[in-house]
Amino acid sequence: MKNTHRITSARRVRTTAAVITIGLALSGCASASDLESPSDSESQTIVVGSQDYYSNEIIAEIYAQALEAAGYDVERDLRIGQREVYVEEIENGSIDLFPEYTGPLLEFWEPDTAARLDQDVYDALVDSAPEGVRILDRSSATDQDAYTVTRGFAERYELKTIDDLTDVPEPLVLGGNSEGENRPNGPKGLKETYGVDASFAPIEDGGGPLTVKALQDGDIQLAIIYTADPSVQKNDLVALEDTRGLFLASHVVPVASEKIDAEAEKVINTVSAALTPAGLVALNAQSVDEQAPASTIAKQWLEENPVS
Amino acid sequence: MRWLSQNWETLLQLTASHLALVLPSVVLSFLIAVPIGWAAQRRRWARDPALTLVGILYAIPSLPLFVLIPVMFGLGLRSAANAIIVLTVYGTAIMVRSAADAFASVPEDARLSAAAIGHSSWQRLWMVELPLAIPVMVAGLRVLVVSTISMVTVASVIGIQNLGTLFTDGFQRGIVAEVVAGLVVTVLLALVLDGGCILMARLLTPWTVSQRRVRGASAWT
Amino acid sequence: MDLIQQAFAWLIAPTSWIGDSGIARRLSEHLVFTVVVVGVAATIALPVGVVIGHTRRGTTLVSAATGAARAMPTLGLLTLLGLGLGIGLVAPAIALIVLASPSLLAGAYAGVQSVDRQTVDAARAMGMSEPAIIRTVELPLAAPLILGGLRSATLQVVATATLAAYTSNTGLGRYIFAGLKGREYAELIGGSALIVALALLLDGIFALVQRVTLRDPHRLPVTTERHHP
Repeated sequence: MKNTHRITSARRVRTTAAVITIGLALSGCASASDLESPSDSESQTIVVGSQDYYSNEIIAEIYAQALEAAGYDVERDLRIGQREVYVEEIENGSIDLFPEYTGPLLEFWEPDTAARLDQDVYDALVDSAPEGVRILDRSSATDQDAYTVTRGFAERYELKTIDDLTDVPEPLVLGGNSEGENRPNGPKGLKETYGVDASFAPIEDGGGPLTVKALQDGDIQLAIIYTADPSVQKNDLVALEDTRGLFLASHVVPVASEKIDAEAEKVINTVSAALTPAGLVALNAQSVDEQAPASTIAKQWLEENPVS
Repeated sequence: MRWLSQNWETLLQLTASHLALVLPSVVLSFLIAVPIGWAAQRRRWARDPALTLVGILYAIPSLPLFVLIPVMFGLGLRSAANAIIVLTVYGTAIMVRSAADAFASVPEDARLSAAAIGHSSWQRLWMVELPLAIPVMVAGLRVLVVSTISMVTVASVIGIQNLGTLFTDGFQRGIVAEVVAGLVVTVLLALVLDGGCILMARLLTPWTVSQRRVRGASAWT
Repeated sequence: MDLIQQAFAWLIAPTSWIGDSGIARRLSEHLVFTVVVVGVAATIALPVGVVIGHTRRGTTLVSAATGAARAMPTLGLLTLLGLGLGIGLVAPAIALIVLASPSLLAGAYAGVQSVDRQTVDAARAMGMSEPAIIRTVELPLAAPLILGGLRSATLQVVATATLAAYTSNTGLGRYIFAGLKGREYAELIGGSALIVALALLLDGIFALVQRVTLRDPHRLPVTTERHHP
């Protein structure tokens, strides 16, 4: 599941996460960069990780297969749970390459960031990355949280932006994962930033089918759904424009360890350049509609978008 | 069907990972619970505290335990050891009661006769009590196996791969066939291993054929 | 440990107890939901179990069905039902009824089946009708095992009712999901402790009821033997 957590008490959480991942740190290979000469980097295996989110897994597969095509040895460690687990693994060098999203990752490292727009977020992210972790070129493909309503609801009240919600006379219920209740983009943020009153209904599927069904059933009026989710198109949903920057811009971005050499970096940057917003939605749709495994979808994409 | 035809390799992999978590947990639970159950039965003062303790363990919701155990033991959140410890806690909770009941089901006459012909208490345990406790013990083992197979799916929520991964992934992608495949294979796996337990009991206790049905049924409570 | 202290602090803070998502309200939601689910499950499963135990027909079928129901992962069933029924309490309620039924069913049929056949035949010879045999002979003798089934079903449901929060704004599970996903581990531990406490309370009540109203089930064979010297 994709995570867009905002941390309220960063230090405590990091401590907990550190405890949680002690075992992982112990088992992780010590890929200390100072021990590594450029000549033997080719013989070393690159570990590619992914979130427990089908769309993220496809991107990771694309990275992995592109690197394999370029002659690298790749080990896959896919569908790792939540950000607080795998970010530690990236930081301690047990994972070398991971597809991330600029906004949520910046919020993870810098909870109080003021950056909202694409370039600002990317620059802040590059600055906030800990030592040994590199942020490669971001892709134009975006996948971010957005307030989403049904087409019927949008037309009834002529909604285009979140601002327009202030004129809706009926009570609003916002549905989303339970952590959203206290997040800046939950009901409180909606009230503070836009002056819109909404109550909250927890639905623990990360903007998945249950959330969509609740929207269509009228149990909720607003849902936080990822913009690259094919269900937005399929169910004719409307994402409301965020004019005041409640959500951070969120582009697909590879996070790399020192083990990614210049040549590997070039391969991954080529992938990022070829991955478009519509292309990402198409990949997701392929996963949901054709029900193919991530490896198959990635292979097809690389045939259509050769990188080397 | 469409999902299945394209993803059967994933299904097999996840089934293997599922078993790799279930089997060690079941064996560990059994090995821990049987001595406790025996002690609880032989020492009357130990019975109530032991059974209350396993009752408490069983009442802990599984999801938080999957997060707390690694914090307590310094394990990786998504390490197999974490899942196995959690499953063993619940498995032991299930099995201690069955083991105590199993030793209670050994007729007093049989134990006294064994003592009368000069068996030491160890010989009595190995040659008389344990074999006679097998039918009820196996009934408990069946519940243990089936419950563990079902419970391990919760671990998928924190990123430990098993058949439960098909629920979280299928739910995200809205593929009903994937969720159904996860359910069906989990239940099939349980029925197959359950059948294995019944077969094992039949081989180990050829003398109980006529009683088996009633005892097996009552131990399911 | 630091986290345990934080959890304890959260549990004893008066502000945690009040309001729409306060502990008092979550606790009562959890309790009511558990009682309703176990009640509905018992209404369905107990009569079926008693009839099967009485007629001694279909035990193999029931044994297989309860085995399958036990193996049915509640999380998977809940996701599937949620996809069909939408958010709210109906999907988790059905999933939990499926969870509770095997223990109830097994308790009822094993209890009735454990009644001495000679006792039942004696009642039949006295001219009692089959419903009367069930009511006056089998049910009282089966009561310990039926109550035992009810007790373990209640324990299972109270712990697993956590999952109701997966699709609805109900119960102590809200603290667990919010704690897990928002990384508020103090709330997660505190919420779990409350569920364990509630489970122990309910279990204690059952233990008391069993002690007051029923004979120890293990002694049952001895007392029946006395009637057949």
